[in-house]
Amino acid sequence: MSNILTFPILFFNHLGRISIAIINELGALTIFSFRAAALMFSYPFQFKKTIHQVFFIGVKSLLVIVIVAIFTGMVLGLQGYYTLVKFGSEGLLGAAVAMTLIRELGPVLTAIMIIGRAGSSMAAEIGIMRISEQIDCLETMDIDSSRYLISPRIGAALISFPLLTAIFDVIGIIGGWLTGVLLLNLNGGIYFHRIESSVALHDVAGGFIKSFAFALIVSIICCYQGYFTHTKPGGFGAKGVSLATTSAVVMSCIVVLAADYALTSFML
Amino acid sequence: MSANLIEFRNVTKRFGERTILDQVNCTIEEGQTTTIIGKSGVGKSVTLKHIIGLLEPDDGDILFHDKPLGKMRRKERRAMRREFSYMFQNNALFDSMTVFENIALPLVEKTSFDKAEIERRVVSKVEQLELSEVLHKYPSQISGGMQKRVALARALVTEPKIVLFDEPTTGLDPIRKNAVLGMIAHYQKQLGFTAVVVSHDIPDVFFISNRIIILYDRQVIFQGSPFELEIFDHPLIEEFIHSLRSLKDERNGMETRRSFERQFVHEYGLVNTRDEFTVILFTIKDLEEVKKNAGDITAQKIIQSLAALVEKHIGVMGISARHSDYEILSILPHMDQNRVEKLLQRMGKELRNHKVIEVQNDAGACQAFSIVAGLAHGKPGMELDTLVAQAKSRQVSLAVLSCSKES
Repeated sequence: MSNILTFPILFFNHLGRISIAIINELGALTIFSFRAAALMFSYPFQFKKTIHQVFFIGVKSLLVIVIVAIFTGMVLGLQGYYTLVKFGSEGLLGAAVAMTLIRELGPVLTAIMIIGRAGSSMAAEIGIMRISEQIDCLETMDIDSSRYLISPRIGAALISFPLLTAIFDVIGIIGGWLTGVLLLNLNGGIYFHRIESSVALHDVAGGFIKSFAFALIVSIICCYQGYFTHTKPGGFGAKGVSLATTSAVVMSCIVVLAADYALTSFML
Repeated sequence: MSANLIEFRNVTKRFGERTILDQVNCTIEEGQTTTIIGKSGVGKSVTLKHIIGLLEPDDGDILFHDKPLGKMRRKERRAMRREFSYMFQNNALFDSMTVFENIALPLVEKTSFDKAEIERRVVSKVEQLELSEVLHKYPSQISGGMQKRVALARALVTEPKIVLFDEPTTGLDPIRKNAVLGMIAHYQKQLGFTAVVVSHDIPDVFFISNRIIILYDRQVIFQGSPFELEIFDHPLIEEFIHSLRSLKDERNGMETRRSFERQFVHEYGLVNTRDEFTVILFTIKDLEEVKKNAGDITAQKIIQSLAALVEKHIGVMGISARHSDYEILSILPHMDQNRVEKLLQRMGKELRNHKVIEVQNDAGACQAFSIVAGLAHGKPGMELDTLVAQAKSRQVSLAVLSCSKES
């Protein structure tokens, strides 16, 4: 009898604790992100560090983005052709590939590639700085660690994501052209004509809005996970950094996909 | 009388269920070197982090110039923090930056100096701390001792008013340990900053400290000068000091000063306990100048060499101990004054022939220094301080030597 009574109490107790922990985490994340974003626009500006991060997030991710984009475009071309040919609409392949890439796959796959390459490294680097007291050291020198470490990374992500997305889209379209036109003998003129006639400015703008949103999401989540490595339950030192890196990657991917759905439903 | 710079009033700090500091009260005086000693995990670093504001107390107040930190505005706290510098226990060097960039960081970020001025200041500190060779290396490419010195250079490059040293000598060999302590004392005197040192290097830290704070079992059990600590008779402190102290002075293998003085009281100080004896006080003159011009490590090697010479010639015939940072005191029973004088002549000859202190002459940064020695004739029941004063007043030159920068 007593078990029947205590079970709901324990259940709600546990649920309450989890809810409070989630609200606390969200509150901390919100304060952290607003503060870091605001510091981007306050003096002293971190131009040099932002450019350095653009090189790290943008330039160094270029090769992986090009490789993924070309194969994504080629697969889209291949799959799209065999689907469209059933309806006698293979002439629409260019439009199908371009619309899919510009509106959906370009921003999402670019974000996921950057999470894997630069996001994980952001979380690990900041996490190591936290556990080796380098962040505390900055604070003792009266250097704002958010301004010094986080703002340049957010700024660099906001610059790099849209540019890499644009490159992804273009290379992806070329990949589609390789399979559709060179391999499957579709007319090249029709391929590009359909792209020109079907892709509107709002499609491109939508893709860029997504990439800006993903840039904020990825940079904030990855930096936040690294910055608060020391508060992770059950993980100190190297283990704490590995946990922070893992959760940075997993959370960023999930939130990017969820945000993609939300943004798509608003924009359609 | 120095003014109170920082005051802890009933400070309590807990991490979860664990209480680290419990109603701690202590003061840190301006312009002095205060050393916080205590066993590992007793909350020494936590105390230091409270001072600079990296941690907030759960209860109680920390006052800076009589103003509670908790009531300071953000602007005031930032202004206060600019007066501080902090040397971390694990150095906290930025591993993706070179030694130069690490030392220059606070100047680059927090001052309006131009590039040339920053370079001048960094190079000046680097030369003083003998780091010129590793200026463009990364922290992972240099030894632990060098990393400590880089951290020290970074802490001092902004010429702060208050410097907090969190176990600055951990992991160093005895020579470098004393070199770092010597550097702290040297710069503290030269720049006049307030130094707060966390350490468990007893008795070495006593020589550089004006005040000692002992943390034990979550509380401050003693605060006062090293002299007050020596005369403070409390079984808990006695047990505590004994547990931390090594039996021999790590630097020279001699008795520690405290053990030396205890032996003196028991074996020589009591009337009718022994025959007459001779006290010799060796002093290295111009050691500060040596440190300045030839580096702290060279200075430490000179002290160590003199200690080795004393041990070689006096050894088991008497007892010897470091009396201060640049003095060694020996007591010789069963030896008349003539024999002692002959002994000193032999030691002087050995010193002059450079057989003991092997330092190269160098036209660049060479600094001459001398070693003097004085005798006092002791009788049972005499005070040690009286004998030391007598020996000091009779000191004559044993040898004048020169030293150079380490190669």
